[in-house]
Amino acid sequence: MATILELRNVTRSFDSKVVLDDVSITIEQGSFTALLGASGCGKSTSLRIMAGLDRPTSGEVLLGGSDVSEQTAYERNVAMVFQSYALYPHLTVAQNIALPLTMRHLTPVRRLPLVGAVMPGTGKARQTIMDKVHEAAEMLGLDQLLNSKPGQLSGGQKQRVALGRALVRDPSLFLLDEPLSNLDARLRVRMRSEISALHRKTGKAFVYVTHDQTEAMAMADQIVVMIGGKVAQSGPPRELYEHPANRAVAAFVGHNAINFLEPGDGIDMGESVVGLRPEDLAPSESGALLARLESAEYLGSEIVLSLRGAKGAEIRAIAPGDFAVPATGSEIRLGYAPEKLHLFDADTGFRRERAA
Amino acid sequence: MKQSLRSRILPLILLILGAAFILLPFVWMLSLSLKPQDEIFTTTISLLPSAIEWSNYTFALTETDIPLFLWNGLVMVTGILFFQILFAVPCAYALAQRRFAGRDVLFGLVVAALLVPFHVTAIPIFLGFAQIGILNTMWALILPFIQTAFGIFLFRQFFAQLPTDLFDAARGDGLSETAIVWRIAFPLALPASTAFAIFSVTAHWNDLFWPLIATTDPSLATPPRGILYFRDQESGDNVGPLMAAAVIVTAPLVVAFLLAQRKFIQGLAAGGLKG
Amino acid sequence: MRLSRSKREGLTDLWLAGPATLALLAFIFIPVAIVAVLSFTNYQFGALTFDWTGFDNYIALFSSSVGRRAVTNTLIYVAIVIPFSVGFGLLVAVGLYQMTQWAPRWSNVFKTIYFLPVAATLVAMSVAWQMVLHPSLGIVNQALFSAGLPTPSWLSDRSLVLYTLAMIGVWQSIGYNMVLFLAGLAAIPAELYDAAEVDGAGGSWSRFWTVTWPMLGPTTLFVMVVTATNAFRVFETVATMTKGGPAFASDTLVYALYREGFVYFKAGYASAITMVFFAFLLVLAVIQFRVVARRVHYR
Repeated sequence: MATILELRNVTRSFDSKVVLDDVSITIEQGSFTALLGASGCGKSTSLRIMAGLDRPTSGEVLLGGSDVSEQTAYERNVAMVFQSYALYPHLTVAQNIALPLTMRHLTPVRRLPLVGAVMPGTGKARQTIMDKVHEAAEMLGLDQLLNSKPGQLSGGQKQRVALGRALVRDPSLFLLDEPLSNLDARLRVRMRSEISALHRKTGKAFVYVTHDQTEAMAMADQIVVMIGGKVAQSGPPRELYEHPANRAVAAFVGHNAINFLEPGDGIDMGESVVGLRPEDLAPSESGALLARLESAEYLGSEIVLSLRGAKGAEIRAIAPGDFAVPATGSEIRLGYAPEKLHLFDADTGFRRERAA
Repeated sequence: MKQSLRSRILPLILLILGAAFILLPFVWMLSLSLKPQDEIFTTTISLLPSAIEWSNYTFALTETDIPLFLWNGLVMVTGILFFQILFAVPCAYALAQRRFAGRDVLFGLVVAALLVPFHVTAIPIFLGFAQIGILNTMWALILPFIQTAFGIFLFRQFFAQLPTDLFDAARGDGLSETAIVWRIAFPLALPASTAFAIFSVTAHWNDLFWPLIATTDPSLATPPRGILYFRDQESGDNVGPLMAAAVIVTAPLVVAFLLAQRKFIQGLAAGGLKG
Repeated sequence: MRLSRSKREGLTDLWLAGPATLALLAFIFIPVAIVAVLSFTNYQFGALTFDWTGFDNYIALFSSSVGRRAVTNTLIYVAIVIPFSVGFGLLVAVGLYQMTQWAPRWSNVFKTIYFLPVAATLVAMSVAWQMVLHPSLGIVNQALFSAGLPTPSWLSDRSLVLYTLAMIGVWQSIGYNMVLFLAGLAAIPAELYDAAEVDGAGGSWSRFWTVTWPMLGPTTLFVMVVTATNAFRVFETVATMTKGGPAFASDTLVYALYREGFVYFKAGYASAITMVFFAFLLVLAVIQFRVVARRVHYR
């Protein structure tokens, strides 16, 4: 696959505060990349630099192999979808979607209300624009709303209009900044699959900023985890989950929060801190880890057990739904497969490969 | 909580008396403008004319330059408002939504300029206009007011409340900054524009100070200046037509006020708060 | 050649903010500097030269009886307009605010009436006032005459004319102050009135003194400063009705600046009057900033 966009050693500081520190990110043609991180980690700044709305203090931005740091957002032909949707409140849905096309296909003179209308060719250009708008609206199920103003729409509808506005201009790249965070939980799941479908349909590269690891895992084929203005790790979801590069990534990725066991907590692997995911730890007669049960959450298909280790460490394990939960306070033996253990350096937090 | 009838009556009477005081010159002006000559020059009190006499209005509209004064006023306030918007809106947008060197200094200048009443700058502007020879032209009436620190301030406060995403989206959609100003920011600022337009038009339509200084040519007189020409020419003999002229000059703004009271009160209240 | 992006951005800023900045400089800041300089000269409009005269213009203003007259007249005018305009504005606002509870429509009608002079063309209304106060044909003196009372010459009696003008100044500004007070009243939380009633201050009089007045305190200060600022600029009524007369009895700072500068063409002297006028307004502006800052604290 060819590279469409690349941030190369990008640093961005506001006054003396460093927001991005030597960040390098590569986006492949047609890929779906999630920039994942807590708020303030620099993921939105990275996206704005990709868009051309912000500029790096140092480093390069390459689009299709050439340096674009001198180009504006429009010249890069990237589409951006904002968390707040950023719809123009005074324009109808159709006008909102049509605006990028109007700017491209009509000269300033043709855009004038009366003068433009009498110039030959304007009508045809407008017709082309309206056709594209209708096409996009149909794709997103907005046909009935074309004459409404943004103020009359629900959150999900606004989100679709924002997507439509990005869609019509046939951009080289879609940049989405937390597009689902203002929606309620059920709508979010639905829009997630709609965005994925849109990605497949367009075949364009998507860069998706989110703080929600579930969203990232569910949609992306590449996840870039950012922590404190740096790229902590990037790779396919499975690699991040199975081989987290450090404690912080291990803690961020995965539905259930990973257990960290210090030396002496029951699993001793030399000086290393042991990471073990709850889903890899289950009650077992022959288990090596002994812990005291504090509480159990029954979720139907599984039971989440909260336990305490020998030295008081908090441990969570997942038992199958038919597990007979003993009384709280009783000791339980927990088993795990040794290859599921992640080892991290106690000082640096970096992953340690086990000596084979 | 019910108020007793008596506690309502006293304030009501006072309010009515006050309102009568406020309305007195309006009523007397209307009444004189509708009275025939002989009824004006009488010493018996009659608030209302015995019969409505339209000839004063006909006289004011056909025998005097009042229509010309109205036209001058219209050209002047339109010209002033046009240039004020043209200059203030882009500047306010830059102050609110862009970062550039000297932005804080510029905003400081705007606030400082709010403190300077127009009377203070009249002498040097008069000197300058005399120098370049544009006294006694329509431009002399319009140019001094194309700057409007108040307008910049008002629009800036409005634009600063709009989300930055909106302007970023427009940049991504290919709008130049100039296009963003006029296609996105300005249409969104309609409430601010309305308030500002009402303030500006009222202030300049009613202004006497600068027209008195900048023009001596009666054919350039604005309505207030024109009324004084008319009054001084007639030397007090033609009270009926003079009152009719006063009514005609006051009517446009008063009617507009009656039609859009809330907007007027907002606009004039906001405008008056400037230094 | 294509400019670098930062240069293009810089040019954009210049294009957006430059014209307004130039206009501000050309029509505000440079003129203010010139007027300050001129006030120390004996420059006359049309003259080719001028001499530096130091503080002579200021000394002339404060030592000549005419100059002193303009200053004291303005101060007296302001001193009358402030209490009456603010006081009546407050009374009308409180009255109308209570009236909204039982006759909202009529309350609105009154509000419109009281605000009318603010929107009306002051010069035309001054011409109307001249007729209202006409010594023989005016309705006021006709009424006084038929009641057997003396009929003063409101606008040509030296001892009366300034008060007549101040009365018209009050007439013109009550509505404006009423609107400011109504906004202040609307901002008083209704719970405070409930609390006052529980505490036994339920009558309309005690409600006013325990809740309304203290809560309106900062608004009142603010309204006073705004009223003073506007009163200092009195010009239209003077120019229309008295031209500062009779015998300078109704001369004010702005009218004196107009007369000396643009009738007698004494630019230097008029500049000194301008600076004195400006100084008064700057003092008021400082007070206003303080009051506004306090108002914010209060909330």
